[in-house]
Amino acid sequence: MTQTISQKQFISAAMDPNKPVPQGIVGPDGGAAPKRFAVYQNNIMVGLKAAMQDGFPAVESLVGKDFFAAMTDIYIRKTPPRSPILALYGAEFAQFIAQFQPAAGLPYLAEVATLEYALRRSYHAADAAPIAAESFENPNVFSARVQFAPAMLVLRFKFPACDIRRAALGGPKPTAQAQDVIITRPDLDPIATAFPSGTAKIIEALQAGMPLGEAIEVAPDSLDLTTFISTLISGAAITKLEYDHV
Amino acid sequence: MSKHTKSIALAGALAAALSAHATTAAAEGATEKCYGVSLAGENDCAAGPGTTCAGTSTVDYQGNAWSLVPAGTCETMELPAGMDDMMRKGSLEPLDRDMAS
Amino acid sequence: MTHIEQSLPNSVGVGYKPQHFSDILAGAAPVTWLEIHAENYMGAGGRPLAQLRALSDHFPLSVHGVGLSIGGETRLDPDHLGRLKYLNDWLQPASFSEHLAWSTHDMGFYNDLLPLPYTETTLRTVCDHIDEVQNTLGRQMLLENPSSYLAFAESTLSEVDFLAEVTKRTGCGLLLDVNNVFISATNLQMDARAYIDAFPLAAVGEIHLGGHDEDIDDHGAPLLIDSHGREVADPVWALYQHTIAKSGPKPTLIEWDTDVPEWSVLTAEAQRAADLLTPVSA
Repeated sequence: MTQTISQKQFISAAMDPNKPVPQGIVGPDGGAAPKRFAVYQNNIMVGLKAAMQDGFPAVESLVGKDFFAAMTDIYIRKTPPRSPILALYGAEFAQFIAQFQPAAGLPYLAEVATLEYALRRSYHAADAAPIAAESFENPNVFSARVQFAPAMLVLRFKFPACDIRRAALGGPKPTAQAQDVIITRPDLDPIATAFPSGTAKIIEALQAGMPLGEAIEVAPDSLDLTTFISTLISGAAITKLEYDHV
Repeated sequence: MSKHTKSIALAGALAAALSAHATTAAAEGATEKCYGVSLAGENDCAAGPGTTCAGTSTVDYQGNAWSLVPAGTCETMELPAGMDDMMRKGSLEPLDRDMAS
Repeated sequence: MTHIEQSLPNSVGVGYKPQHFSDILAGAAPVTWLEIHAENYMGAGGRPLAQLRALSDHFPLSVHGVGLSIGGETRLDPDHLGRLKYLNDWLQPASFSEHLAWSTHDMGFYNDLLPLPYTETTLRTVCDHIDEVQNTLGRQMLLENPSSYLAFAESTLSEVDFLAEVTKRTGCGLLLDVNNVFISATNLQMDARAYIDAFPLAAVGEIHLGGHDEDIDDHGAPLLIDSHGREVADPVWALYQHTIAKSGPKPTLIEWDTDVPEWSVLTAEAQRAADLLTPVSA
């Protein structure tokens, strides 16, 4: 009786090249076939590495192809996808980078990864119709509670992660400011807009149900309110203004 | 700072934002698209090209065995003086975030 | 004998790639239908679903799953099956298909179509999984033959016998990937035409054609890789012609997943398939 190969055996050998090819994997002559088995080892890694490259282009640009390939090799073997939906693969990459000693010299790298993954989340977020711009002309607008589109995401960073990402992808050089970032999706393409540190607090207060007029009081002094409001309105980020009493 | 300063500023900001709405949005969107989200992580049923080494050589990551250093655009980032220095030294100290509140 | 309930036209389709969206809406001929990979349309919203909504207004669609792990030894992921049901209920596609392969084990998804031995045990598991899929989706599915790079010493059934038994027991249809047949036959040193001649062609609801790469195994023997990154090879066209001469016209798909070319390159491939389909459709 030939021994059966369990899928657990197959996959643990496929994911760890230091393990031997399971006995009973054969070529057409019935003999051992390590290079044939390697096709699967290769397919899995090539496919997942390509998904990481597609998802984190700024991280790859910052560290270079070789470093990125080596770093993702470790990440993939440690954290294979838990879902068949590759579009969402890489959720823990920022956390991994933060603890990845060889990248410690680039303390902003994890934040850039967080930003890239958030852009992807926004890209796939549920659709929601924004309210018409005229709705803001209501004289009671300051008492309104605000509902946001699922594609609107807010992030707090210790570094100018938004500018660093843009620079890594060929854009202008970064500034020396810590940044909060608001991601909006005006049409189908997410946009990351940087704001002074502390801006995220306004959004968080609004998300917690605070009326617009009160929430805006937590704004940092350096915030340009017109840019802030414009970003939300033109970014189709606000889906509802709710009033307790009309 | 008196209590409702920002609400008052907000009224002006809303008016300005609404009148400028169409033009600025279009301009910013166009710039950002160059750095937009690519077709990240598409599933398909194709095999990786060739049986080359991607799956069969692991990266030896055990302390000293790691020989690679980041060698990408991080080297040419030329960040402004203070932060550039902090980043290059790998300081984990965050910037002073609280500019005002 | 299995009756095919799928409703794809007996003409040529291509695997949809988002970079071809505008080209396709501007005029797709000779392409008459599109196939999508189900897993790319499981987000909550945004561009992928918006494009799919637009395409479904103009083309018959084939939903092709690449991650259900029907050949897995453990139970099907109920969440994933639920997502497939949602997509099927929404799109009401002309066809739904999946692979004779596995990719999930213990919570891990390994993003490849991994092989299984062909035994009475795996046959029962695969049939149970297909029953579950067809019951959940409320429709017939097609099962695709894999491209093989290796064999299992423990196998007791040939692939064709295995697939014929699956369709007999479950009533599912088959998706015959002619490129996969050529790859497997070359890699395992068998006769590709004999495979086609033994295949239950009446149960075939769709044919796949795609390009492959060439490599060599440990002993210098040819080892073909199913890369979907170039034109369909000439011997695969010949095998396709042999197949449709026996089966009659079938919905035929051109797959191109890596190094995706300009739309015009893809339509040239589609035209070549259409030219071969015409004489057998008369």
